[in-house]
Amino acid sequence: MKDDVTREERVDALGGMGCKRKRVEDARFTQGKGNYVDDIKLDGMMFADFVRSPYAHARIKSINIDAAMALDGVAAVLTAEDLKPLNLTWMPTLAGDKQMVLADGKVLFQGQEVAFVVAKDRYIAADAVELVEVEYEELPVITDPFEALKSDVVLREDTVDENGTAVDGAHGPRGHHNHIFKWEMGDEPATNEVMDDAEVVAEETMYYHRTHPCPLETCGSVASMDKVNGKLTLWGTFQAPHVVRTVASLLSGIEEHNIRVVSPDIGGGFGNKVGVYPGYVCSIVASIVTGKPVKWVEDRMENLMSTAFARDYWMKGKISATKDGKITGLHCHVTADHGAFDACADPSKFPAGFMNICTGSYDIPVAYLGVDGVYTNKAPGGVSYRCSFRVTEAVYFIERMIEVLAIELNMDPAELRMKNFIKKEQFPYQAALGWEYDSGDYHTAWEKALKAVDYEGLRAEQAQRVEDFKAGKTRKLMGVGLTFFTEIVGAGPVKNCDILGMGMFDSCEIRIHPTGSAIARLGTISQGQGHATTFAQILATEIGLPADSITIEEGDTDTAPYGLGTYGSRSTPVAGAATALAGRKIRAKAQMIAAYLLEVHDDDVEFDVDRFVVKGAPEKFKTMKEIAYAAYNQAIPGVEPGLEAVSYYDPPNMTYPFGAYVCVMDIDVDTGVTDIRRFYALDDCGTRINPMIIDGQIHGGLTEALAVALGQEIAYDSLGNVKTGTLMDFFLPTAWEVPNYETDFTVTPSPHHPIGAKGVGESPHVGGVPCFSNAVNDAFKAFGLRHTHMPHDHWRIWKTANDLGLHG
Amino acid sequence: MADKMHIKMTVNGEEQEFLAEPRELLIHTLRERLDITGPHIGCETTHCGACTVTIDGKSVKSCTMFVAQANGADVTTIEGIGDPDNLHVLQNAFKEHHGLQCGFCTPGMITRATKLLEENPNPTEEEVRFGMAGNICRCTGYQNIVKSILAAASEMNAAKEAAE
Ligand code: FES
Ligand code: FES
Repeated sequence: MKDDVTREERVDALGGMGCKRKRVEDARFTQGKGNYVDDIKLDGMMFADFVRSPYAHARIKSINIDAAMALDGVAAVLTAEDLKPLNLTWMPTLAGDKQMVLADGKVLFQGQEVAFVVAKDRYIAADAVELVEVEYEELPVITDPFEALKSDVVLREDTVDENGTAVDGAHGPRGHHNHIFKWEMGDEPATNEVMDDAEVVAEETMYYHRTHPCPLETCGSVASMDKVNGKLTLWGTFQAPHVVRTVASLLSGIEEHNIRVVSPDIGGGFGNKVGVYPGYVCSIVASIVTGKPVKWVEDRMENLMSTAFARDYWMKGKISATKDGKITGLHCHVTADHGAFDACADPSKFPAGFMNICTGSYDIPVAYLGVDGVYTNKAPGGVSYRCSFRVTEAVYFIERMIEVLAIELNMDPAELRMKNFIKKEQFPYQAALGWEYDSGDYHTAWEKALKAVDYEGLRAEQAQRVEDFKAGKTRKLMGVGLTFFTEIVGAGPVKNCDILGMGMFDSCEIRIHPTGSAIARLGTISQGQGHATTFAQILATEIGLPADSITIEEGDTDTAPYGLGTYGSRSTPVAGAATALAGRKIRAKAQMIAAYLLEVHDDDVEFDVDRFVVKGAPEKFKTMKEIAYAAYNQAIPGVEPGLEAVSYYDPPNMTYPFGAYVCVMDIDVDTGVTDIRRFYALDDCGTRINPMIIDGQIHGGLTEALAVALGQEIAYDSLGNVKTGTLMDFFLPTAWEVPNYETDFTVTPSPHHPIGAKGVGESPHVGGVPCFSNAVNDAFKAFGLRHTHMPHDHWRIWKTANDLGLHG
Repeated sequence: MADKMHIKMTVNGEEQEFLAEPRELLIHTLRERLDITGPHIGCETTHCGACTVTIDGKSVKSCTMFVAQANGADVTTIEGIGDPDNLHVLQNAFKEHHGLQCGFCTPGMITRATKLLEENPNPTEEEVRFGMAGNICRCTGYQNIVKSILAAASEMNAAKEAAE
């Protein structure tokens, strides 16, 4: 058979890995034909709404639902009493704690779910919410974790025995009734010893404020209990649909095969949609009670008040070094405010997530990390907002500590980083706090970044600006923000990573159709990352069929193989690996078929782009399309008909993407207004699957970083009232506030990943936050500033300038 | 509960007539009564723009308008901007320049952008950023949205010139 296309043309025709394939998802989204949970409409569907607590801490004296029930169109009003016989008043959180589904005798945060109203439409439901009468008795409110650890007030009665003594929590003994856990890593005595003998020690306490992932679509679910068949179908905003199915089965007693969980299109997740919320549980119960499908969708205020906050970490750091800037040790203690219930979504054995990546990109011989989790009267959570399990906190911590140490040493912070990077030849690198970094080339990336921005030129310009400012020639200061981050993503090895006991593997199942197209299903779920586009690219390269001929499906637990979902940048490292390996199983069988068709031995054919060729005789080949057909229409001795494969992948290690960011910012000292002149982002995410999508992820992650660093905050007053409950007060940047970003890259493949990819969705957020924050701090460095807390909104920056006496 | 009102409006060129409580928000009328689910709900407080539609030639956030106020109006949503065989230039441009990720903001974005380019067929980048500031996107960081709109503008202008 003759072939008149070149090899390059055949590669291009696949649309495989490395090309800027346009997204297959976009056709429906640009035409308004997405299918998000609130778009679901079923016959006889009811709409539900919550009665929520106006108080942050109060005893419930009575709930009267009579007036609400009397309203025409109201089908049910559920309270904790209705959930008791089902044993559902409380539910387990992913963090080993438990959480009230509906207020059980008391409320612990403002906005807590008290009753669930089910009505014919959303207006009647809202009217009925107003008619539910709840009598509260206010209790003392604690919103400060340090006060909580001193207070006699017992926030959670389940933390003490009958004598009032604190009982053990999920992660060991509690030091106090409002204490959730203590988690320690590293060697504290050795670290203290190094600190005591050190030539230079820098200390700083920093507050990483409470914020919220706030995807544009809020959380919601539609539950439909089919009493005839005994089947429950649950659609919802789930970043981990399979886990939701298992949890729903364990909670409801309905056998798992009778539950179908579907994540339809998801309007952004960023960690908000990993957990299990009372609304999901109540919609299931309500559907069982009413016999009708029940939809619950939270509004924006409910989203910001009650589901999934992120951060709220008080981090106290100590870093030691020699006089010439070689880091010798790191000590970190965190007081973690989890709110009323520990509902963070970390792998079970990691109550503070992967905070122990806080030694960062540096070769630090000895370190200690201690984290104390604390209850307060704030919303529950502690989720990973566009990051892998507290990595954002860890990177912010180390990158601020480096800046503070540079001040202490009177050394350039870029040079200090360069001096302490883990060297290329040290990988795989065993870090002091337990992780084994897979691969990296930090020096090359850092040099490339500094050169790209003309770092020396920037410092010279900045020095001139300080002179001009002092001379009264300008009122604008200039900050140069630096960050070098190492992420840890792709959770994770089943041996140490699980969620509610489910190992954090992931999966892919492929079926090749006779005419040479395919469907692949995965255990993950896209929320905008473009899985339908990129996973098809991985497969195209692996199996030699065009990406355009491969359908990717996720999110329906009846059809997709079990997987742990999409968050923590785990889709590419884990499900991407499963995809590649399932593809290789297809290829292995295809090889046998090809050999049979070509009448040679299996070992005499080899894979080449889109075909198997006879070794040494490239004119003799069978394309994958031909092989697919043969799999279905020929009786091949010793080979089963069909062409399918499934792979469950348990990663041997995490992956460690890294990057070098530089932000150049002007700050108006009199107004506190910031102007980002330039933002350069170099990312190394290993093998690059789709550069267009990578760039898009970086733009988006940096913008969320800008938001968090420069203003986005969930704030409470001392009575526990949420002060930032709407988008009027909660900062989401618009096109007007956001700069253009310059993206760049190096490629250091992961040695243990089948295609060398590391994951990228969260790097820009993780690296971006400290970079913006360092720029603000750096601008005031020449005037004596060491550290100022985020978020750097205009008022706080003005205040910093004022405190430094810059307003004359 | 107030008496129901008799409402008439044109949506994407089709006459609609129904009884509704005057307090019903237009976004709910569109999504739940008329099954036009392209416009989305991101806040219901006029901040996010996910619900943007065009009413009598103006961009309007349909979460902040009672159906009673839209009585007699001519409404266009994303569904009325193009169809699968005849996509609007902007719909293609958003795909071409990766102007969307989760897609939740996209119908509102594109609907707003059609008006922006009518109001100002030749915008600068700054004018696009300002003109789109009523529409929030949590995924893209806007860079590619701006790029998509600028690209659509030049394409539309080139087509116009060619036609003249
Ligand atoms: S839903 Fe209308 S502006 Fe947000
Ligand atoms: S693409 Fe997700 S909000 Fe814009």
